[in-house]
Amino acid sequence: MTLFRLTWDYLTTGSNWTGSGGLLDRLGEQLLLTVTALIVAMLIGLPIALWLGHVGRGGFLAINISNVGRAIPTFALLAVLVTADWPGSGELGPYGRAGLATLIALGLFALPPLITNAYVAVREVPADAKEAADGMGMSGSQKFWRVELPLALPLVMSGVRLALVQVWATATIAALVAGPGVGRIIVDGFARNLYSQGMAAAIVVAAAALVLEVGAAALQRAVDPVPRQTTRKRGRAMSAAGPTL
Amino acid sequence: MTLLAAASSVRQAEDGPSCYSALVNEWWCAQYVQDRRDEIFDATTEHLSITVAAIVFGLVIAFPLALLARRLPRFESLILGVSTGIYTIPSLALLPLMVPFTGLSATTVVIGLGLYALTVLVRAMLDGFRAVPADVVESATGLGYGPTRLLFKIELPLALPVLMAGLRVATVSTVALTTVGTLVAYGGLGNLISHGVQRDFRAELVTAGVLCVLIALLLDGVLVVLQLFLTPWSRAAQT
Repeated sequence: MTLFRLTWDYLTTGSNWTGSGGLLDRLGEQLLLTVTALIVAMLIGLPIALWLGHVGRGGFLAINISNVGRAIPTFALLAVLVTADWPGSGELGPYGRAGLATLIALGLFALPPLITNAYVAVREVPADAKEAADGMGMSGSQKFWRVELPLALPLVMSGVRLALVQVWATATIAALVAGPGVGRIIVDGFARNLYSQGMAAAIVVAAAALVLEVGAAALQRAVDPVPRQTTRKRGRAMSAAGPTL
Repeated sequence: MTLLAAASSVRQAEDGPSCYSALVNEWWCAQYVQDRRDEIFDATTEHLSITVAAIVFGLVIAFPLALLARRLPRFESLILGVSTGIYTIPSLALLPLMVPFTGLSATTVVIGLGLYALTVLVRAMLDGFRAVPADVVESATGLGYGPTRLLFKIELPLALPVLMAGLRVATVSTVALTTVGTLVAYGGLGNLISHGVQRDFRAELVTAGVLCVLIALLLDGVLVVLQLFLTPWSRAAQT
């Protein structure tokens, strides 16, 4: 098929990668967006969710926020943010056109998986472990830092992984509102009937997503304080809840 | 006659420009919904049919895959690995990758979204089958149930609650994802959102976005009712 050949040509032409608005430029932009949004969402979401899990309150909210997040189309939220007077579609330093609107949307869509998983993780710490901590005379904060957090960490981390996948996907969709990121090259290609360009950028985005996911999984295993057997089982149990893109 | 015309022009002046004119550009405008109801209705119909087709496609493929994975453990880890991989790919990248095979058509969107639904559904089915108590299966076998009858009469009904939970997740996210189909011009309400962004038309994109959420809630409600209907024993147990 000629489309495949043209796509290959696009990917193997150096000038498509370098320069302003090239693949590398956009890839860097999207990575920067993803990392910034994920860190901000973690700083906001994780303390709240872990605290809620620790005191055992707000479960309804923590669980249902994921369902609400799934029902709201990323594209619609981005559209509203970009069309509004604030944040609008203005340039934001290295984040590109509509940078602020994109960052807000990315952060909002990263929150549900982070909050739900962190909350469930702390709630699922075995009751006898908590009881043993009480019996040893640990204070509330000691119990949290020494017992609950280490045991909850694997599930919290899978929430972070879900959020990462989610943020990367959302960052790609930002292009539909003429935002930053590699998605811009895809949308441009489709708008100008240059399907090979759209395909090539799509392959780059997909490959980057897989690399991020595999890297995050490896990192998760490396920092996991609990034996792997239990984490695998728990990871699968959570999978039914499913991520959203 | 002239009097009537004058009166109506006065009334128009009092109303001012309609709330969706470019001068006012309000976020919510009932006049817009009324004036463009045909366009909105068509987009909603397209949205619903793409969503339903994608879910049905996902279900039809997921079922045999789940059955196969249950038999062959090695195949199971392969399926789970591939489905995680598919789920990792952003929707805006998956659709272009379908284009060489299906062109710029609704089929592209249906298959692309069906693949996402598939990954959730296969997992839900496997989890559901795993939740069937082993002694129930054993008793059924003892009563002379063959593999097919066992599957449809015993295992599937008992796996239904977990399966339906997965189906609800898949359905709600597919409704939201359908909007991205606007990339190949088949996005249902996503087309309205896209047009709204290009023309800075607030009422249009907000109406379309709200309709998306309403469709998601509606389909979710339908599935909840369907589940109550399909598992009458759980209702009896509750009362």
